[in-house]
Amino acid sequence: MIDAMSSLLIVSGLAFYLAGSIGLLRLPDLYSRLHALTKADNLGLGLLTAGLALHAQDLFVTLKLVLIWLAVLAASAASAHLIAQHARRREKQS
Amino acid sequence: MNTTAVHVLDILLIISLLSLAAAALLTSDARRSVILFMAFGLVLAVAWGRLHAPDVALAEAAIGAGLSGALLLAALREQPRRALSGDAKPVRERERERTSIDVTLQLTVTLLCVAVAALLVWALAEAFDRGPQDTLAQAVSETLAASGVSNPVTAILLNFRAYDTLLELAVLLTAVLGILALGPARPGYQAAGPVFDSLVRWLVPVLILTAGYLLWVGAHAPGGAFQAGATLAAAAVVLRLAGHRTAGLPAGQTLHLVIAAGVGMFLLVGLSLLVLGRPFLGYPPAWAGGLILLIESAAMLAIAATLVLAFLGGRPQPAAGLSGEKRQC
Repeated sequence: MIDAMSSLLIVSGLAFYLAGSIGLLRLPDLYSRLHALTKADNLGLGLLTAGLALHAQDLFVTLKLVLIWLAVLAASAASAHLIAQHARRREKQS
Repeated sequence: MNTTAVHVLDILLIISLLSLAAAALLTSDARRSVILFMAFGLVLAVAWGRLHAPDVALAEAAIGAGLSGALLLAALREQPRRALSGDAKPVRERERERTSIDVTLQLTVTLLCVAVAALLVWALAEAFDRGPQDTLAQAVSETLAASGVSNPVTAILLNFRAYDTLLELAVLLTAVLGILALGPARPGYQAAGPVFDSLVRWLVPVLILTAGYLLWVGAHAPGGAFQAGATLAAAAVVLRLAGHRTAGLPAGQTLHLVIAAGVGMFLLVGLSLLVLGRPFLGYPPAWAGGLILLIESAAMLAIAATLVLAFLGGRPQPAAGLSGEKRQC
């Protein structure tokens, strides 16, 4: 039961990664590519974390996994913002 | 996971490593090359993890991918200014000169790399020929109990081969002297906007906490002064990028103390042991754990300061007034 649930979570997480990667390769401009990458990766990593947490031996490992997810969430949101801001500034200049 | 899946993962890792390395070398855009190099470092860290070398993986991720990448990007940022200023020669002549030097340099470096790689392949083949030789590993695990720590890597770095680590720290100290001799660091980056600033506000304390954890955990699990120092330096790099001119480094005399702390603490402990009639850095087993932690704490600060100064590229300049510095750390 737990195995099936965790597999389902991990596979759906991977689907988000796939969608994000396709978006990164196929979308026309920087902003939409950023949008595809950060949103898909955040949700994908969240599902992956949930799937792995079901297999964790103790609460401490689960807590670490959640911490990693939160750190990636914050870092990717902020870096996406910074990249977009930089690109916008450059557009305004030219 | 079954073995075929693991093999597929390993082969994917090798293919990614080789293609990232090739892409980083072959691209003509320096910035792209640096970013590919950072990706290469991260995949390499995963590869070290697969080779059951978590200590090396941590160091590779923190120093190889993170800090080296930051250093290279910072160097790249300075490039156009250097190329534009000075030099009265006409552009075309300068270009031609530079390309001929570039080609010679590239060829020399490539040849040297090929030579080193050939030597490594030969050494590896030689080692495989002799079969498994775990006498050294056996010697370490037999004497591990007396080393004061239970992580064999830390036992080797800080106890059995402490002399080597002392000399490594001395090399870092020499490098720092060179960096300080470069004069004042450039003013750095503009103050961070609200989004980046709010990230910095919680990321920097978490990084400092992580550095302390890595230092402490090094006694019995992968971690230690180098990984902790690199994490601490990463916190300082984030501060610098957010517009803090000194990157959290102390000023004047305190900075000098921090830089010399690693070598200083090593020598202090070693010489005190000499006075007490022990060999240089031959810790008494009962004290070994405490002494190692003491040396590692000092070494962590010195390593972090060294890496940050390398990123600054000169002596830190405290803000003259209100510019940049919004919050003291």
